[in-house]
Amino acid sequence: MAPKDPLQETFIEGSGNTYLSLQDSVGNLTLDQKRHNRFAWWFPFVLAFGMLQVMMLALTMLVFVGTGIWGINNPVGWGFAIINFVWWIGIGHAGTLISAILLLFRQQWRNSINRFAEAMTIFAVMCAGMFPLLHTGRPWVAYWLMPIGPNNLGMWPQFRSPLVWDVFAVTTYLTVSALFWFIGMIPDFATLRDKAKTFVPRFAFGMLSMGWRGASRHWHRYEQAYLILAGLSTPLVLSVHSIVSLDFAVSIMPGWHATIFPPYFVAGAVYAGFAMVLTLAIPVRKWYSLEHIITLKHIEWMAKIMLATGLFVFYGYICEAFFAFYSGNPFEKAMMINRMSGPYWWSYAALIFCNGLAPQILWSKKIRQNLPVLMVVCFIVSIGMWLERFVIVATTLHRDFLPSSWGMYFGTIWDWGLYLGTMGLFTFLMWLFLRFLPIINIFEVKELFYKMTGRHGAPKPAAAVAGAPEKVTADE
Amino acid sequence: MSETTLEQPRLHGILAEFDDPDDLLEAAEKTHAAGYTRMEAYTPFPVHGLSEAIGFKEAKVPWLIFVSGVIGAFTGLGLQYYTAVIDYPMNVGGRPNFSWPSFFPVTFECTILFAAFGAVFGMLGMNGLPRPHHPVFGGKNFELASQDKFFLCVESDDPQFDPVRVAEFLRGLGAQHVSEVEND
Repeated sequence: MAPKDPLQETFIEGSGNTYLSLQDSVGNLTLDQKRHNRFAWWFPFVLAFGMLQVMMLALTMLVFVGTGIWGINNPVGWGFAIINFVWWIGIGHAGTLISAILLLFRQQWRNSINRFAEAMTIFAVMCAGMFPLLHTGRPWVAYWLMPIGPNNLGMWPQFRSPLVWDVFAVTTYLTVSALFWFIGMIPDFATLRDKAKTFVPRFAFGMLSMGWRGASRHWHRYEQAYLILAGLSTPLVLSVHSIVSLDFAVSIMPGWHATIFPPYFVAGAVYAGFAMVLTLAIPVRKWYSLEHIITLKHIEWMAKIMLATGLFVFYGYICEAFFAFYSGNPFEKAMMINRMSGPYWWSYAALIFCNGLAPQILWSKKIRQNLPVLMVVCFIVSIGMWLERFVIVATTLHRDFLPSSWGMYFGTIWDWGLYLGTMGLFTFLMWLFLRFLPIINIFEVKELFYKMTGRHGAPKPAAAVAGAPEKVTADE
Repeated sequence: MSETTLEQPRLHGILAEFDDPDDLLEAAEKTHAAGYTRMEAYTPFPVHGLSEAIGFKEAKVPWLIFVSGVIGAFTGLGLQYYTAVIDYPMNVGGRPNFSWPSFFPVTFECTILFAAFGAVFGMLGMNGLPRPHHPVFGGKNFELASQDKFFLCVESDDPQFDPVRVAEFLRGLGAQHVSEVEND
């Protein structure tokens, strides 16, 4: 037998847990709809719905008038659209990291938070995907981006362009994340189907569960497929943000043309994503009494990952500055001086504060377990990661190679409206998810509980531990 | 056709209910050791070693995923080769038409996409899902198989199957309830 991991004890807290009690603390959130009839569900939901209307208004204006309502200009052709795209897609990456990479590393504490984080991934990618499509100016012909064709100009997408790589990366990412999410929920749908008392949930979950009956042959293939999907998602998530960073790095613009971009973008994505997972998990575990499943340990470990990835990101900023001066390239150097002391100096200073300095207080265990302070740090990090993309886009583009085309860039009310609106969309979808789907992976929590308490996990009398596994070898 | 209908046995199998996954695991091993070959265990979560205990070893899904991934890679690369070299060659900065390093990202994404489709649809297909109904759903207490009970079903097409003896045998293994599951 492998030595028991002492950390396992804290994955699920409390003494009176059973399979049924763990199942009900999650499943009842879906089956007992009355539990959501309270301020904590309705207030964010209604607020998000209102913000969603702002998005609809901004979209309608955009379609009627065109991208001229945005602040983009010459030389800054990439404004909020690309900033928000990268921001949202980065947030999504924590979900895949938790669900896939931590699964491969056998970090079983992930079982309590992965479903939640995967939902976040999907909704964040949906928000992200909207921006490049709208930025084309004519979203109704966005299918030209796909190789459905040749299109009416007799042409194909240009596969040497990172922007086309992006199309493939993001659509693949959305598809694979959705499949992973759905496959993970099938056994939980079966649980809810069998537990439901009324017709509507029984029918709906019955359809969604695809007739899952928990046969061991099915579990055998299920686990093979799930593990390999995790193995596929891991390089996928790294490739997606690397490709996003290549949108910048493949160009020859000063401040963008750097080999450090892919790894530093990926680290930034995970950083922003964990901030968002914490922002959502801290209130939700409280409002829905899930503190025994999403424990303080989980919160603390997520804060540690945030601190670590934050340091990677900070290292990236230092490297960028170092390269700019050490390369001897006058354009790089001018760009960096302008970034630090030019008209956008405040954004760079705020960025260093938000992403570089503020998270350093997470070195203290007391702070990591102080939920209100942790929430504030997460908000600061989310703002910081948005500022990072703003700095990259605005400070590079607004001082073109030709001084005659220099300009300034600010978002208009429509830019802000659309950005706020996607936050509304994200929260709206998250809150529907909280209400109608199992927000924690029920069967994996049960499996975790079995590993903690079953004969194969817990220290029990030697005979009982030796009994079962020896028979297997005898059979073979 | 009528013959098979006539030969359809009345019973799907004998279902035994256990309280504990470890008891089920032990019972499955003993049942398999007693020479029964056609059986299935039902659990609310994957119990490691259970599929081996009932004598099930298979690695078709991983191979299927691998083959799907290879098909995806060739599809992705083929698409780019066809569009950039055969159908509409375009000189970009004097680079060769088949500038394969630029074609790597899309090839990679297609590999992952197809492999993921292979994993999901392969797993569901080989499990025979979606299948809304199955005789075992009619078993006593079977709705608890997705909650906190653990079931073992010895199926009636087992060569040694005899309802009375199987039920006796399963009771001897410490099952809480033993019941017949009818075919419908």
